[in-house]
Amino acid sequence: MATTTAVPDRVNTVPDTATAVRAPVPYWVYPLAAAGAIFVLLPLAGMAARVNWQEFPQLVTSEASLAALGLSLRTATASTALCIVLGIPMALVLARSSFPGQQVLRSLVLLPLVLPPVVGGLALLYTFGRRGLLGSTFEAFGLQIAFSTTAVVLAQTFVALPFLVLSLEGALRTAGTRYEAAAATLGARPSRVLRTVTLPLVLPGLLSGAVLSFARCLGEFGATLTFAGSLQGVTRTLPLEIYLQRETDADAAVALSLVLVVVAVVVVTLVHSRAGWAPALGVR
Amino acid sequence: MGPGPGCPVSLELTARLPSRGFEADFSVADGETVAVLGPNGAGKSTLLGLISGLLRPAWGRAQLDGNVLFSAGQRPPDRWVPAHARGVGLLAQEPLLFPHLSVKANVAYGPRSRGASRAAADQTARHWLAELDATELAGRRPAELSGGQGQRVAVARALAAEPALLLLDEPMSALDITAAPALRRLLRRVLAGRKAVIVTHEPLDALLLAHRVVVVDGGRIVEQGPVREVFARPRSSFAAGMTGLNLVTGTATETGLTDADGVHWSGDAEAGLRPGDLAAAAFRPASVALFTDLPAGSPRNAVAATVTELVPHGGLVTVRAGWLAAEVTPAAVSDLSLAPGDRVHFVVKAAEVSIYPR
Amino acid sequence: MGHAPRRNTAVKRTARSSLLAVLLGGALLATTACSAAGQGPQGAPASGSVSSGELNVFAAASLNGVLTDLAADFEDDHPDVTVRLNFAGSSDLATQILSGAPADVFASANPENMDKVTAPGMAAGEPVTFATNVLQIVVPVGNPHGITSLADLADQQIKTVICAPQVPCGAATQKVSQEAGIEIPAVSEESSVTDVLGKVVSGEADAGLVYVTDVKNAQGDVEGIDFAEAGAAVNDYPIARLVESANPDAAEAFVALVTGPEGRKALADYGFGTP
Repeated sequence: MATTTAVPDRVNTVPDTATAVRAPVPYWVYPLAAAGAIFVLLPLAGMAARVNWQEFPQLVTSEASLAALGLSLRTATASTALCIVLGIPMALVLARSSFPGQQVLRSLVLLPLVLPPVVGGLALLYTFGRRGLLGSTFEAFGLQIAFSTTAVVLAQTFVALPFLVLSLEGALRTAGTRYEAAAATLGARPSRVLRTVTLPLVLPGLLSGAVLSFARCLGEFGATLTFAGSLQGVTRTLPLEIYLQRETDADAAVALSLVLVVVAVVVVTLVHSRAGWAPALGVR
Repeated sequence: MGPGPGCPVSLELTARLPSRGFEADFSVADGETVAVLGPNGAGKSTLLGLISGLLRPAWGRAQLDGNVLFSAGQRPPDRWVPAHARGVGLLAQEPLLFPHLSVKANVAYGPRSRGASRAAADQTARHWLAELDATELAGRRPAELSGGQGQRVAVARALAAEPALLLLDEPMSALDITAAPALRRLLRRVLAGRKAVIVTHEPLDALLLAHRVVVVDGGRIVEQGPVREVFARPRSSFAAGMTGLNLVTGTATETGLTDADGVHWSGDAEAGLRPGDLAAAAFRPASVALFTDLPAGSPRNAVAATVTELVPHGGLVTVRAGWLAAEVTPAAVSDLSLAPGDRVHFVVKAAEVSIYPR
Repeated sequence: MGHAPRRNTAVKRTARSSLLAVLLGGALLATTACSAAGQGPQGAPASGSVSSGELNVFAAASLNGVLTDLAADFEDDHPDVTVRLNFAGSSDLATQILSGAPADVFASANPENMDKVTAPGMAAGEPVTFATNVLQIVVPVGNPHGITSLADLADQQIKTVICAPQVPCGAATQKVSQEAGIEIPAVSEESSVTDVLGKVVSGEADAGLVYVTDVKNAQGDVEGIDFAEAGAAVNDYPIARLVESANPDAAEAFVALVTGPEGRKALADYGFGTP
C-alpha cells in the first residue's frame, strides 16, 4: 500500500522544475520591497523592545489577561465555526449559480471588509440590540443578546465572514465544475457531490479562509466594543483588555499586545504554509 | 456485427438550443454504439451535454428506455431529470478521477452513489478494475497514474455506475499514440452490446468502435448511416474529408488479412481475431508513402496502382488511385513528378495498419 | 536616558519654529509691519503684551464644548492668535506631551494625568484646579425603570453600564458605590464615558454612571438623575501652562481666561462645578 506518497493538494498543478528560469524582477523593486518589509516589521520590533520582560510572565498570566485570552480563543473558535456554517453555502451560491443582482449581493456581502468595525457594531446594534430590528423579537423569546458572549460571537462573525466567503469562492472558481459534473454522471446527488467531491477539492481554500477568519475574529475590536460591551470573562476579549489596560498599565497592554501578535503570526504562518496563498485583504 | 439500426430505439432525442445554434434529432438503438463525427464547434459536445443533463435545451424532448430525460416547450408540463438521475455515464477527454480518492474508491464512487453498501461497491470496483486490466492500480492515487492508466480507470469508473447509456467525449484525444490503440481495444471489448455514443474526430474510432456514424456540422446532423456506407460514399464535406481512410476487407491470417484480390496486408491485429475470420484492415492516407521503384527487403505492405487524381488541400496533396489514397507533401509529388496515369507503389508499414473483425 | 529623546524633540521643534518665524516674517514684512516679525520663540515675553501665532491647547475630551466656546472668545480678544484645540483622553494627552508633542496648555480631567506632566517639570508653576465634575445616573428619556437613587442600581434586573475601574470615571464610580455601600452588578465596564453614554442612548442599557457634563451634552437623548453619594467623588480638572510653550504669553492669557470669571460662567453653563 504505497498510497501515502505524493498526494496533490491542488488540482491542475503545473509541474515546476528546479531549473525553471523566472522572469527577472527589476532591480529597483528590491529596495522598495525592503522598505515595505521594514515598515511593517519595525513597529512590531518597536513594541517588542518596549516589553517589560521581567514582569512579562506575571503580566500575561494575570487573572484579567487569562480571562481575556480564554474568551478570545473561545469566541473566535465559535465565530469561525459559524463562519464555516454560513460561509460555505454563501460561497457556493456566489460561485456556482447565477441570478440577477448577484454582483450587487457579492459586494454587499463583502461590505464588512471595508466598513469601519465601529460602523459594523452600530449596524449590529440596530439589528440585534434591544431596540433593534430583531432584538425585540428575541427579547420576547427570552433571548438577550446585548452584553452577552453571544454578542461578541455575532460581532466577530459579522466582520470575519467575508474572509471565508472570499477565500472559498476563489477556491471554488479555480476548482471548476468538471469534477462535480463527473460525479453527477456517476449518479451522485447534489448533496453527495458537495460532501464527497466539492468540499474535499476546495479544502485548502476552506482551511485558509477559516484560519483568516479566525485571525480576524481574534483581532476584532471596534464592533465588539460598540455592540457587545466590555466585562471580564463575558465580553472583554483580548483587544478590549489591551485597550483598557493601556489606560493605567502600559506594560500590561504591551505584553498582551505581544501575545496577540504571536498568536496572529502563528495563524498567518499556518495558512501560508498550508495553502501557499492568501488573498490580500485590508483589515482592521 | 451485433445489434444494429434495426433494433428498437432506446434513446430518442430532439432538441433545439438556439444560443448554441444547435438543432437535432438523434437516436441510439439498444446495444448500438454511435460515433458522432464533426469539426470543432460543430455541436458534438452540445449533443452530449443535452443527453447527460449538463445542458438544458430551449425546446425539445428526450427519453431513454422509456423514461423521459427532459421535455421543454412541448406538451406541458416541462420536465427535467437532473444528470445524477438519468443513468447516463460520461467519459471525458481527461479521466477527471477525483484526486483525493484512491483508484478503487473512484471506481466504487458510482455504486456508492446509488446506495450500494461499502462491501458491494468494493466488489463492483474490483470487478471493473479487473475488466480493464487495472487491478494493480487499485491502491494508487490518480496523480500516480499515466494518462492511459487514468483513462482506463475512468472507463472502469463509468461502467461501474452501470449506466443505461455511456457517452464518450473524445476519450483517446488526450492520450499519446502508444496508449490510444490499447485503450481503443479495451473500449471495443467493453462497449460490445452496450448503448454508447462516442464523439471523436478520429475515423479509426468510428470504424473500430461504432455501428453507425452521425456527422454533425454547424449544429445540425448533416449525415448519418452505417459506418461503412458513410465511409464508402460520403455525402457531407466533412465525411468526405475523412474518407481518405483506406479500408480493405478480407479474411484474417496469422499476421494480417488477405483481401479479395489475394493481396496480403500485414498489420496490428486485434486480440482474439483468429485466422479465417472475416476481417477489415484500415490505415490512414498520411501513413502511406509513395515510391516509383519498390524498395527492397522492407517489412511493409506495398501495392502498385495507377494514379487517378491529385487533390491539393491544406498544404498537402491527396494522391488517389482508385480506392487507395495517400497524403503526401507537394515536394514529394514534384520529386516523383506524379501525374494521373502514372504507376506508383503505395507503401504502408505493418504497424500503421489496424486489423479488426467484421 | 529618559531625557535625551525629549530634548531632541524640543531642539527640532525650536528649529522648525524658527524656520516658520523666518518664513512668516518674510511674508508679512513684504505686506505690512507686524509685531510678530523678528520675535523668535527664545525671545523674552514683553510684559502685558500677548504674542501672536498659534496656541496649542491639549484638553480632556469632556471639555470639548466649553473650551471650543472659550477659544472662540479668546481669538476675538486676541485676533493675532490662532487657538488649536486637541481633545482626547487625558492619559493619551499626557503621553503625547511626554513624547514631545508641541503643547502650550494642558487641561486634564484629573490630577493624576496632570501629575504625569508636572513630575518631570514640564508644567510651568502649580497647576490650577478650574473645574469640578461629579457623577450622575443617566437613564433613557422618561426613566422607564423609575430609578431615583444609586441603591436602585444594585438591582440585577436593571442593566447598568459603568466605566471600568482602570479609567477615571470608573475610579469615581467605585468611590460612590463604596460610599453608598452597594455593589453595582454592571453588565459592562466600558473604557470610556462615551461608550457608557452610547449604551444608554441606544437603549441597550437601562442605566449608566457618567459625569453631569456628559448628561448635559446628551440632553434630549437621556435624562440625568442626581444622587446623594455623588459628592464622594468630585473630579478636579487642573490646567497648566507648559514650560516648553512656544507662546508663553498667549498660554498664560488663555489659562487666565479659563480660570477667570468668563471661564467660570461658561463652565457652569456646561454643567461643571467651579471651585
